Amino acid sequence: MSTLLLDNVSRWFGNVVAVNDVSMAIGPGVTGLLGPNGAGKSTLINMLGGFLPPSSGSVTLDGEIVWRNEGIYRRIGLVPEREAMYDVVSGWEFVLANAKLHRLNDPHAAARRAIETVHMTEAQDRDISTYSKGMKQRIKMATALVHDPPVLLLDEPFNGMDPRQRLPLMALLQAMGDAGRTVLFSSHILEEVERIAGNIQVMVAGRHAASGGFREIRQLMIERPHQYTIRSDDDRALAAAIIADASASSVELVAPTTTGGRQLARGGPTTGIREAASSLHVQATDFASFVRVLPQLASRANIRLYEVSPADESLESVFSYLVAR
Amino acid sequence: MNATVVQLTARGLLGRRRAYLLLALSLILLLLCALVRGLAGQDTDITVGILGGFAIATIVPLLGLIAGTGAIGPEIDDGSIVYLLSKPLSRFSIVLSKVAVAVAVITVFGSVTVLLAGLVLSGTSDNLAVGYAVGALVAGIGYGTLFLLLAVVTRHAVVVGLLYALIWETLVGSYVPGAQTLSIQQWSLAITERLVGSDAEQLGVTSAVSLGAAVPMLFFVIVGSVWYAGWRLRSLRLTSDE
Repeated sequence: MSTLLLDNVSRWFGNVVAVNDVSMAIGPGVTGLLGPNGAGKSTLINMLGGFLPPSSGSVTLDGEIVWRNEGIYRRIGLVPEREAMYDVVSGWEFVLANAKLHRLNDPHAAARRAIETVHMTEAQDRDISTYSKGMKQRIKMATALVHDPPVLLLDEPFNGMDPRQRLPLMALLQAMGDAGRTVLFSSHILEEVERIAGNIQVMVAGRHAASGGFREIRQLMIERPHQYTIRSDDDRALAAAIIADASASSVELVAPTTTGGRQLARGGPTTGIREAASSLHVQATDFASFVRVLPQLASRANIRLYEVSPADESLESVFSYLVAR
Repeated sequence: MNATVVQLTARGLLGRRRAYLLLALSLILLLLCALVRGLAGQDTDITVGILGGFAIATIVPLLGLIAGTGAIGPEIDDGSIVYLLSKPLSRFSIVLSKVAVAVAVITVFGSVTVLLAGLVLSGTSDNLAVGYAVGALVAGIGYGTLFLLLAVVTRHAVVVGLLYALIWETLVGSYVPGAQTLSIQQWSLAITERLVGSDAEQLGVTSAVSLGAAVPMLFFVIVGSVWYAGWRLRSLRLTSDE
């Protein structure tokens, strides 16, 4: 049982802050490091793996500093994001070489076991350069598992894999976590993370935005105020009706752009347009009641709704909401 | 030293068509020597000119550059060095293993080729073949370790190495005598000069540096390069493409 500890860790490159004052403890089980691209996930994993010193703060594994500590790799298995390997050798030779580099007592048995674990026995004698992306990923995994480490770090392990390749790998990670290993993997896809990670750490723009089980993270995302963009045949009257109701906290009337206005005037219905090309930005406080109330409000005021679309469903906006709390 | 690192390095260094390039360099030298011998017969001046002016001055630095940077540079560039670094291995043993491979390659393709070339050109007369072969070996070790260090320190190791070998040693060295003091080529020539013996000066086998200065400087460059490369490898930062 091993625990990775980040204590007030920051990392900057010149003027750019990649990781900003992050503290977290990663214990046994599967932990997902979730965040959009450029959130600092790779920088964090590089620091956890001892390939980058923190600019401030400390990164430790069971109390031992990770940076410049070669001995730490007896307990860490690393699956890097980059695909390059020594592709002039076969999968078997490469995993065996990794076992020998660890100076294991029986490198052949260890390599055989690791390759069996990732189901690559059949293709083990082919050169790595002939492997598909999924096969390369599995061989990378075998090199990380060959010394049976208590800690496994994986940087974007599912990137570019199709679902058929993804599922066995997910099952494998889950089995590792269930066996008491500390498994940390990064991803920018929520579904991947919540599928296997018992614990989720959310990173946004270098900051540690949230942590918890996937239910808690989901809840945070559902409970957040939702934003909608609404077009109707009388935005001003609709705005008044919405703000009079308790389900929204703010309504903004957005003036039309010239081109947008012309398009809407041309494409919209010819009758009943009183204010054709503006739109409303609504901040709903209660997602469930707002979507129920809106049609009733419009119907009562005899306003026709042309468009109701959520403005912030992208993952980035969910993340930025989490970090702004 | 670590046998597995040696093995992986050798596979990488000789695997990617680089072996052909190295072989081509040796063959060019040997063919040239055979041609000269056939046309001009045995001529000590020509032997000194080719071995000193072409083999030691051009072929050996190029071999050193290819083998020295090739032993570690591509792995750092593509990130696969992480598989060596994420092991409980001393960084110095990684560097030593890679230097050993580079030196072995330079010995086979450089030093042995120079020996054969010397034999083709003038047989065993004046100890020229052996003298230049040992000079090539020593120069190869110097270039190999220095250029391996360059590959750890900078991504532009090949360019910097070429600038050193061609501009500093050859061009600057021929106009500014002081520059030759800091020249691996001149250091190795000092050893060749000693091996050729008392006739060396008469034969034109001369070095700008005395043996007493050359040996310590070579030693310093070789040991210093290995030590500093190991130290830099200990704190090699890996950043992703992001």
